[in-house]
Amino acid sequence: MPTVETHAISSELIREVAFELNRRAAIGIPKDVGDSIADMAERETQKLSKFVLLEIVNNYKVAVDEQRPMCADTGLPRFYAKIGNDAALEGGFVALERSVRQGTADATERVPLRPNRVHPITRHDYNNNVGIHAPTVDYSWEPDVDWIELTSFHKGGLFGGDYRMLFPTDGIDGIKRFFLDVISEFFKRGLSCQPAIVGIGIGGTKDTCVRLAKEAACLRVVGDRNPDPQIAKLEEELNDLGKRTSLGPMGFKGEGAVMDTHIEVAYTHTGGMPISIHHQCFALRRATARIHPDGQVEYRENPLWFTDYYRRDGVA
Amino acid sequence: MSGTADLEMKEHHLTTPATPEDLAKLELGDVVYFDGLVFTGRIGLYKKLFDEKAPPPVDIASLTNVTFHCSPAVGQNDSGEWEVAAVTATASFRFEKHLPLLMDGHGIRCVIGKGGMAQEFYEKHFKRLGAVFLNTVGYGIGAQYGRGITGVKDVYWLDELGIAQAMWVFEVKNFGPFLVECDARGNSLYQMALAETNVELGKLYEGLPLPTLKRMGEVHNPEDEVF
Repeated sequence: MPTVETHAISSELIREVAFELNRRAAIGIPKDVGDSIADMAERETQKLSKFVLLEIVNNYKVAVDEQRPMCADTGLPRFYAKIGNDAALEGGFVALERSVRQGTADATERVPLRPNRVHPITRHDYNNNVGIHAPTVDYSWEPDVDWIELTSFHKGGLFGGDYRMLFPTDGIDGIKRFFLDVISEFFKRGLSCQPAIVGIGIGGTKDTCVRLAKEAACLRVVGDRNPDPQIAKLEEELNDLGKRTSLGPMGFKGEGAVMDTHIEVAYTHTGGMPISIHHQCFALRRATARIHPDGQVEYRENPLWFTDYYRRDGVA
Repeated sequence: MSGTADLEMKEHHLTTPATPEDLAKLELGDVVYFDGLVFTGRIGLYKKLFDEKAPPPVDIASLTNVTFHCSPAVGQNDSGEWEVAAVTATASFRFEKHLPLLMDGHGIRCVIGKGGMAQEFYEKHFKRLGAVFLNTVGYGIGAQYGRGITGVKDVYWLDELGIAQAMWVFEVKNFGPFLVECDARGNSLYQMALAETNVELGKLYEGLPLPTLKRMGEVHNPEDEVF
């Protein structure tokens, strides 16, 4: 039901929230990830892997105690915006994007974040993490609400992602092999900076499955399961396979350094089964805020990005 | 030594420049901390020094013999001094072309980075020079490393290269922990680790067919590495 009275959400408030989300994401580890790494550290029996896990746990603490970014590689700061269907924005969406860009430049200077964003050819760096298509803002919509939600995510850049066009004949074994292949590629020598959350996008088009894999890795918390029981079962199965690889943190022998495995699907071409996988590192930088029209802001750690509406099936 | 489980993981506190004797003592899996000076270098600096052949902005050899493949999250305080909040390594294997020039030409004997280098590269350069490669731990513990940086002595080519690629000279104290990946004799911790993990990994591939569609340039043997 639409709200009775609509107040526009102020663009100045969005700029402040965008800054604060970048700050929170950079410094404090979300509880689901912190707990998962601490559990792994306790369980690990191999000397080198245990040493690494304990240093990671210690680093989370140093970051919060001394208010330092947990990792200097800010990755590529980006935003996910969930917009209530009844929300009104002062200045509209153009103002929202301007506020988010300004909030990112503010955070780069004042947190500080490392200015990672450069022109791909000239390598020019404005030293503010802003540029062409940077930061990206991805949108989703939510019916019958008048708030907006912003999630800031600092996604590492170079390793831990891949894509493959599989076919129905490749089947579940093809998915398993690709899952192992990406671990073979990027867990050796710790290129994925594992322990990692493995996000898998299956179906859609090439760009859709790559996007879903990234969202599955970044926007679902450790322990979350896909609501479709068949997909949830595959998540458990692959997660178990990952733990049995013996590729621990930094690629040293240990319990396979998979924190969790999340799968998202999209309807796809009748002849194909495109798949993409993303590894999200242990320095998981993520923060979410819900902004209400009355100016109230609620910060939280779980993005709750995959709503029933976002995963909807059928025509309606 | 039979495997990584037998490593002693001794702790060393070195002052820069590290002496040949210091480096000879380091064994695979040992943990190292530095006091002194460490400078950053990655592709921006290497292109400048070795492709454009720009004169170095400072006599590197007289400064330190420790370099770090990284760049900082850094800000300026009210009096304009640089304050490093955190620092994180970037993958080192991409610097094979330039690293020997830095080691031979500027006396570098300790390289701190991510992921190590190929075994053949260690044999060819590190063993010959008695140099060591140290890995940062976990690769994402930037806050701990930031705490070990007590000041910025200098920064060179900042305007031209930007914060991420400039050459930063850090004053460091109790800067670590770093793990010995390649010792002064050219042995590699990752070679030891890969021999162990490839056994388990190989078993999991049993019965899983190759994908229907191949791609040019792919490797298909799970024991292969991607570089």
